[in-house]
Amino acid sequence: MAGTGKAHLRNTDDVLLRVEDLVVEFPIGRTGLKVNAVSGISFDVLKGETLGIVGESGCGKSTTGRAIMQLPSPTSGSIVFNGTDLTTLSGEAMREARTKIQMIFQDPISSLNPRRNVRDIVLEPLSIWNRGTKAEQLATVDKILEHVGIDPERAAESKPHQFSGGQCQRISIARSLVLNPQMIICDEPVSALDVSVQAQVVNLLEDLKKEFGLTLVFIAHDLAVVKNISDRIAVMYLGKICEVSGSEDLYRNPAHPYTDVLLSAIPVPDPTVAVKKISVEGEPPSPVSPPAGCRFNTRCPNASDRCRSEEPTLREIEPSHFVACHHPLFGGDAPVTVRSN
Amino acid sequence: MNPLDIVRSEAEPLVETVEIKTHFKTPRGIARAVDGVSIQIRRGQSLGVVGESGSGKTVLSRSIMGLLPRNGVIREGSVRYQGQEIGNRTPKEMRSVWGREMAMIFQDPMTSLNPVMKVGKQITESLRLHLGMSASEAMTIAEKLFRDVRIPEPTRRLNQYPHELSGGMRQRVMIAIAMACGPNMLFADEPTTALDVTVQAQILELISEQKRDRNMSLLLVTHNLGVVAGYTDEIAVMYGGKVVEKAPTKTLFADTKMPYTEALLRSIPRLDQPSHSRLATIPGRPPDIVHPPKGCRFAPRCAYVRDLCLNEEPELQQASTPDHTFRCFYPVGSPEYLERKVELTRKGELVSTGDLS
Repeated sequence: MAGTGKAHLRNTDDVLLRVEDLVVEFPIGRTGLKVNAVSGISFDVLKGETLGIVGESGCGKSTTGRAIMQLPSPTSGSIVFNGTDLTTLSGEAMREARTKIQMIFQDPISSLNPRRNVRDIVLEPLSIWNRGTKAEQLATVDKILEHVGIDPERAAESKPHQFSGGQCQRISIARSLVLNPQMIICDEPVSALDVSVQAQVVNLLEDLKKEFGLTLVFIAHDLAVVKNISDRIAVMYLGKICEVSGSEDLYRNPAHPYTDVLLSAIPVPDPTVAVKKISVEGEPPSPVSPPAGCRFNTRCPNASDRCRSEEPTLREIEPSHFVACHHPLFGGDAPVTVRSN
Repeated sequence: MNPLDIVRSEAEPLVETVEIKTHFKTPRGIARAVDGVSIQIRRGQSLGVVGESGSGKTVLSRSIMGLLPRNGVIREGSVRYQGQEIGNRTPKEMRSVWGREMAMIFQDPMTSLNPVMKVGKQITESLRLHLGMSASEAMTIAEKLFRDVRIPEPTRRLNQYPHELSGGMRQRVMIAIAMACGPNMLFADEPTTALDVTVQAQILELISEQKRDRNMSLLLVTHNLGVVAGYTDEIAVMYGGKVVEKAPTKTLFADTKMPYTEALLRSIPRLDQPSHSRLATIPGRPPDIVHPPKGCRFAPRCAYVRDLCLNEEPELQQASTPDHTFRCFYPVGSPEYLERKVELTRKGELVSTGDLS
């Protein structure tokens, strides 16, 4: 996969977050080797939009989410949020900026302090930032807990282990909302939950998004969930973006062979549908020494010599549908203008 | 009915449970994890056991295999393997059954492999113990098993420790270990939950291929109805320690009877739904198995609940479709169900997710 390239970035006023050439590398001890977790990706998110990021384990999707929060700061690249480049901020200014971008995590139980009662957990951000009097803070907390469907009285006297996984995820969501953020980064928020509970949390996020005017970055490996919640989806593979598109288009018309593989691997809850033959073998190569050219070439059914040497860049193959592939599933033979950066 | 099916239906079940109960003593009281479950699995057949967390699906498979602690557990009912009672055997007596007759693949391949033993040693262990092979014989077989489960470079991999393998590769090792002594019955407890969706497809494909080649029976425990749909002949839906609906896979999806099964199916996000469509949810939480509700265990969460459901527990009854049983007074399609459905639709409380019933 692909690739770099910025053809898919939009130049409108309501861009809330714009990430360009994001690179995150982790050195391995003193070996001089490094893990190329994210290798030069760019994307943007408009106000009120939900961007879904999907990919297999190790593709860099969580690292991308964390890099936006500067946890840790990226190796290079810019992250412009509301007109400010977060990578240039230091210490105190970044702490302040984080009140506008909040995060919720995969494991709802371990992301809450087991020794504190739930109301205090949700209150903590407000007391750190001294927002209002103690009474006002408590009122805000209770209001938000009601919003996410947790009984404030029970929260005042219970610890996280007294709640179920779904309820703990609601509590995490409440904690992320108390500072009235503009954007929430959801890192696999429903992967650890049962299907019925998963649906409750997805519905809740949709409701809160409307009510609080939130912008979401939704990171997950379950494409069906991502499709349901997202307006736009970026598919990642081994630290690169292979395809960016509106969520309906992506599912109806996948252009990158990898997207097609991901889609065909989803089990269909219908026994009359024949199980689709998997068209991909093996597992992603190591991000320590990623393959040259397109990073998907080692597993791609369509790989050619060109794919093994030349890295494809993102280009538009239909309106608002971008793919980084030399041999996309459609639109490959049509004359395409490759926009360079 | 094709002739093969008749032969199969006449065959003795390989594994059969009759009204088994597994209760745990807890500080809060008796937890009825499995509360009277009867299932049969014939040779070469696969049964999917589906349910939410806490429905008793994992305890059921462990009860059959005899993998539960002796202390603090109350067991009742009978477990038969090839017609013989195995439910009351001691772990020592079960040793000849484990590995050789029945094997299990667990959810988390990292914690179920020994981290300080090379995987080659872990796979040859059972071959030497059960089949009395020499170390070198066992190694040759192990290499063949690794090749069967498509582990690249089997010779090198046999010499590695679990942490040197990826999640998918570890699960392949688990499958190879389970296959080693050629069991008749394979239990797979959420074998793909910890894996990526592409690797999940590969592992499920591998399990069903091994089942076919070895004419093994399979009990697949999962919370994902999508997983069981493609890989099982029959499905049992569990709720609060009981089987609430059991049917051949196609019948279960096409002719759902139990409102719980219907609700479970509706809550799965589907790719053919437009984005931002409201997902159907099941309100509330699974029942407390220490103090289960008096009537139907699903009644407090059921949209079609009536007085009778809250006071009396429905028996398992036969549906008009063959081999199909369910536990409900007002099943999907009954006049009472339809009447309530009209009401709910009018009030806008029913989320439509396409034509499921």
